[in-house]
Amino acid sequence: MAILKLDGVTKRFGGLIAVNNVSLELEEGELSGLIGPNGAGKTTIFNVITGVYPVDSGKILFMNQDITRKRPHETAALGIARTFQNIKLFGKMSVLDNVRVACHYRLRASVFSAVFSLPNYVKQDEELTRESLRLLEAVGLYKLKNDRASSLPYGHQRKLEIARALATKPKILLLDEPAAGMNPEETSELMKFIRRIRDEFNLTILLIEHDMKVVMGICERITVLDHGCVIARGSPGEIQSNPEVIKAYLGSGAYARS
Amino acid sequence: MYKKRSFWLTVFSLVLFFLFIQYAQTHFDAYIIRIMNVAAIYVILGVSLNLINGFTGQFSLGHAGFMAIGAYTSALLYMSPELKAMNFFIKPLIWPLNEIQIPFLSALLAGGLLAACAGFLVGAPCMRVKGDYLAIVTYGFSEIIRVLFNNLQSITNGPLGLKGLPTYTNLWWSWGWAVFTVFFIKRLIDSSYGRALKAIRDNEEAAEAMGVNLFYHKTLAFVVGAFFAGIAGGLLGSLVMTIDPNAFNIMLTFQIVLIVLLGGLGSITGTVISGVMIAFLMEWLRIVETPMKIFGITIPGISGMRMLIFSLILMVAVLFFRHGILGDREFSWEALFSAFKKRHSTEGE
Repeated sequence: MAILKLDGVTKRFGGLIAVNNVSLELEEGELSGLIGPNGAGKTTIFNVITGVYPVDSGKILFMNQDITRKRPHETAALGIARTFQNIKLFGKMSVLDNVRVACHYRLRASVFSAVFSLPNYVKQDEELTRESLRLLEAVGLYKLKNDRASSLPYGHQRKLEIARALATKPKILLLDEPAAGMNPEETSELMKFIRRIRDEFNLTILLIEHDMKVVMGICERITVLDHGCVIARGSPGEIQSNPEVIKAYLGSGAYARS
Repeated sequence: MYKKRSFWLTVFSLVLFFLFIQYAQTHFDAYIIRIMNVAAIYVILGVSLNLINGFTGQFSLGHAGFMAIGAYTSALLYMSPELKAMNFFIKPLIWPLNEIQIPFLSALLAGGLLAACAGFLVGAPCMRVKGDYLAIVTYGFSEIIRVLFNNLQSITNGPLGLKGLPTYTNLWWSWGWAVFTVFFIKRLIDSSYGRALKAIRDNEEAAEAMGVNLFYHKTLAFVVGAFFAGIAGGLLGSLVMTIDPNAFNIMLTFQIVLIVLLGGLGSITGTVISGVMIAFLMEWLRIVETPMKIFGITIPGISGMRMLIFSLILMVAVLFFRHGILGDREFSWEALFSAFKKRHSTEGE
């Protein structure tokens, strides 16, 4: 069953059609990739799914629920979490607090019980702190929990961003270029890490990535975008030999020569 | 264990502090008491503005407007009907304000609540603007309040203002509210809600993507900040005994922003220190405005010299201490003890 379904989604910025009539389905539990040349509209698709940009036409269904008009905090609460292409952590806050913020939407206690430390708030706060610590342990950042997020090395910041996304208890995780700026060693570790969290947290993962080793290595299904249109979909093997894809990446003469 | 020790230390120092307040109220001379009252009001204003500007990252210049609402609302409620009749000689005060009189505390609370409503009205549309634009919108709001109060003759008495207000504000009232403000906002900041506010400050887009409702939390900061600004306005009105709309102009907001910047955006401890410091400096710097003789040359007293020195302080602060006195650090008993221990162990070596 498709957990997320985009049906003819179009997003325009003035005269530019960033996403053009895109239909896309994510099966539950699948690890799929979204690739395409620069400016193909990959990140815009993430922004459209999470509700950062309202769509111009089309429909987005998440677990058979229409989320087309939902705001980002609503889609997050429903179970769609994301990371960002250029890391967006809460820099001045501690590692632990970064993760705890993502649990905040589940807090039911009122502002007053929070300020006056009423039992219902204390209990809920302790619970979300425990959950956050468990997540930090799972991604291997437990020891750094009191450090400032901005002081972490790059690789750890990427991991923290994923831990933070996991704290929203997502069903779908959208990863925007998780391997950007990593060396081959870090990249292969990241690939293992992504597979592991998928199994451990029962996630459906959609990732944008330029590193073809990552995409071909871990994605079960790949969607290729070019100029806002889906030009190919299939397994890594099918994508690698697809003439349309090679044309989009290398130009129209490339296929003939190869 | 540490938590318990800190709690009792806090309680103990608060008891000591209020004993001092009691002593000051009965033994200090009226001039010092007056400055101490002003200091407490500055603390309330600074800490509440820091919640909006420092912790939530929404640069607001609307504080004078919230204060005006608090000051007028509470004054119109705690003044006696005869006093109101005396004040409103051009146009009578509208019913039922001209007949009611309620105790000071409930009048203050009413002022705070009305200011909080205004905070909601300002905070809600401010979802659409950020940064400099937000500063302009909030400044516009406080100007609207000022102009409105100048023209609502039958409610605010217009530019004539309200005079001869009863002086309820004493050190107990002002410092009691200051302590409560610090307590409330500190607890709010340290709670899960506070973490959401700081997340909005650090990265709005990421905060929203992590499930933080921007509208709710931004207006929360404005409502709480405006509430305490309204309380401070009420206390100030009863302290200076006279209020008129033009007292709540941009200069007043500027002064509060100065307190927050000097203390450190995002530090309650720093704001308390700089609030008290500025209240006392404002008075002690009056010396530079009196005529004086330096090396045989007589310099006539120039009024306004104080502000010149303040501008210098601000410039030095911006150039050399960009993060204020304390940056975003806070006082805590644990930090104090660990610093003390460290010093002790190095002495022992």
